[in-house]
Amino acid sequence: MRLKSPTNFRIIRLPCTGKIDVIHILRAFEKGVDGVYVVGCMEGECHFTTGNFRARKRVEQAASLLDKIGVGGERVKMYNLSAADGPLAAEYAIEMDKKIRELGPSPVRMAKQNMAKAA
Amino acid sequence: MIIAEKKPIEEIIKEVEEFDRLLILGCNECVTVCEAGGKKEVEILASVLRMHFIKEGKEKKIDERTLQRQCDHEYLEEIRDVIDQYDAVLSLACGVGVQFLAEKYLSTPMLPGVNTICLGANEERGVWTERCQACGECVLARTAGICPISRCAKRVLNGPCGGSSNGKCEINKDLDCAWQLIIDRLKALDRMDEYEQIASIKDWSTERAGGPRTVIREDVQV
Amino acid sequence: MSLKTSSKLEKILYTAKEQGHFAVTSECGPPRGSDPEAVTKKGALIKDYVDCVNITDNQTSMTRMCSLAACVHLKQMGIEPVLQMVTRDRNRIALQSDILGAASFDIHNILCLTGDHQSFGDCAQGQNVHDLDSMQLIQTVRHMRDEGKFLGGDDIKRPPDMFVGAAANPFADPFEIRVPRLAKKIACGVEFIQTQCIYNLDKFEEWMKRIRERGLHEKVYILAGMTPMKSAGMAKFMKNRVPGMDVPDEVIKRLAGVEKKKQSQEGIDICVEAMLRLKEVEGVAGFHVMAIEWEEKVPEIVERSGLYPRPEV
Repeated sequence: MRLKSPTNFRIIRLPCTGKIDVIHILRAFEKGVDGVYVVGCMEGECHFTTGNFRARKRVEQAASLLDKIGVGGERVKMYNLSAADGPLAAEYAIEMDKKIRELGPSPVRMAKQNMAKAA
Repeated sequence: MIIAEKKPIEEIIKEVEEFDRLLILGCNECVTVCEAGGKKEVEILASVLRMHFIKEGKEKKIDERTLQRQCDHEYLEEIRDVIDQYDAVLSLACGVGVQFLAEKYLSTPMLPGVNTICLGANEERGVWTERCQACGECVLARTAGICPISRCAKRVLNGPCGGSSNGKCEINKDLDCAWQLIIDRLKALDRMDEYEQIASIKDWSTERAGGPRTVIREDVQV
Repeated sequence: MSLKTSSKLEKILYTAKEQGHFAVTSECGPPRGSDPEAVTKKGALIKDYVDCVNITDNQTSMTRMCSLAACVHLKQMGIEPVLQMVTRDRNRIALQSDILGAASFDIHNILCLTGDHQSFGDCAQGQNVHDLDSMQLIQTVRHMRDEGKFLGGDDIKRPPDMFVGAAANPFADPFEIRVPRLAKKIACGVEFIQTQCIYNLDKFEEWMKRIRERGLHEKVYILAGMTPMKSAGMAKFMKNRVPGMDVPDEVIKRLAGVEKKKQSQEGIDICVEAMLRLKEVEGVAGFHVMAIEWEEKVPEIVERSGLYPRPEV
């Protein structure tokens, strides 16, 4: 399927979302990304049984930390879908893109840009 | 093992605010097992703090390092050559580690990044519970292997108290009544007649009340 | 066997069998302030209807006037007090010290308890002590009285002259150790027991039966705890929300079966009927009538149970 989805997404492929650690999400924001979304299998259908449950917990942890420092926990989200569901994947991408645009650029990115300007 | 919990990020931010060059120092033992202060937690904390201070326009140098443990001279010595590069060290080790660091590096402020909670066991991933109060005089042989000092909220030695209800403690219905556990175990061991043995008044001088404790083994000192 | 203390309660219990009477005690909670009248007024209401009055010790961990001071106020108006002492708030130095303080005012009765956890009260962030537990406190008082010595070994000048009691709950968990627990307290030296308030008479009688089987009723005086219900609501609350309380459904049904303004009288009737029944149970040496904040009903309860006037000793 060749479906329309936003082009400003960098896709990182993993054998299972269970491979994601909190630090991977945080580092992305440290580098200045505006949002991260994690797409995993439907709960109960994980190829490795519990990978997507672990990923969800880590996404929640990252979101909580980002909230606490005022970056915004809504910028990271986990979606579950079936590997065969192309249309839904595109739909989620559009949804995420829209939400991040509404939230605006990440305050970390803005701060880094300001610092670079001042230097 | 020693169980610790991460300090709230707001508290840590306040602790480190005034320092420009920071080393976050983790420990590879107890706090790694209870997921409070190991290498992973160091990385996460460092990233979060960097982002916070960048946003505030106050960029800091925040480095990461994890030692095998912080309660032994030989491991603490490993940072001697770099300690002067930092204005403060945020240690994620238990209270012992933070203090041992402070004793060794007298001109660098040492800050705690975790709250040390108790001596306990890993019941399951994510659940750690207290088992020992380090009273200095173990009574487990007389209480079927269950400690009334650490597991009873009132440390009654001839329990249960009147608040035991359905095997749970009066202060929290998710907390097992230690004395119910002891009785169940005595029954399982067919030693219920031991229940009526009176536990005598305890000598608390071997625990905290008697002052900070020291153990010396002359037979192993060189 | 003879009397071991100057306690009026001991004397009444000691002479109970041969003279065919029962002991009656009651209870007062000290005020959350320093007004002695809060104690003396309650005392005056029940003075002639009971043999002695317990003063609770920071009950449910709510800070109140100390039991010792309130006992002194009772003593000064001619009422024999029972000093309740919990191990939650005081270490062994303070416990022994307060025992001597009470003894200096000739307070002759003490009830040794553990105490509710401080998290229930107004100082949930405070420390608790529990240097001793209730059984060890019983041993301590007996040691001070009979050996005339402090726990540390030195002699006590004018040892305390105190009759030693403790609490027992026939309805607490686990049920299987209720009798061994009483046996343990007796082995520690307890001389009288006041039970938790009784509504399930069958279960209480079963407990008494097991106590008699071990001959424990001859080693300790047992006073049955009685608290009149004020309403069906109170009965339901006590059934569902108070641990260690056994309130049979029949009691609640009976209270709920009368109109609201008659329920308190029904509660008193239930209490009196229970006392009349328990008077027939071998091993029951008396009653501990707890009508907290309802002290004015004690006279009626005592009278209707055939326990008035109180014997002269």
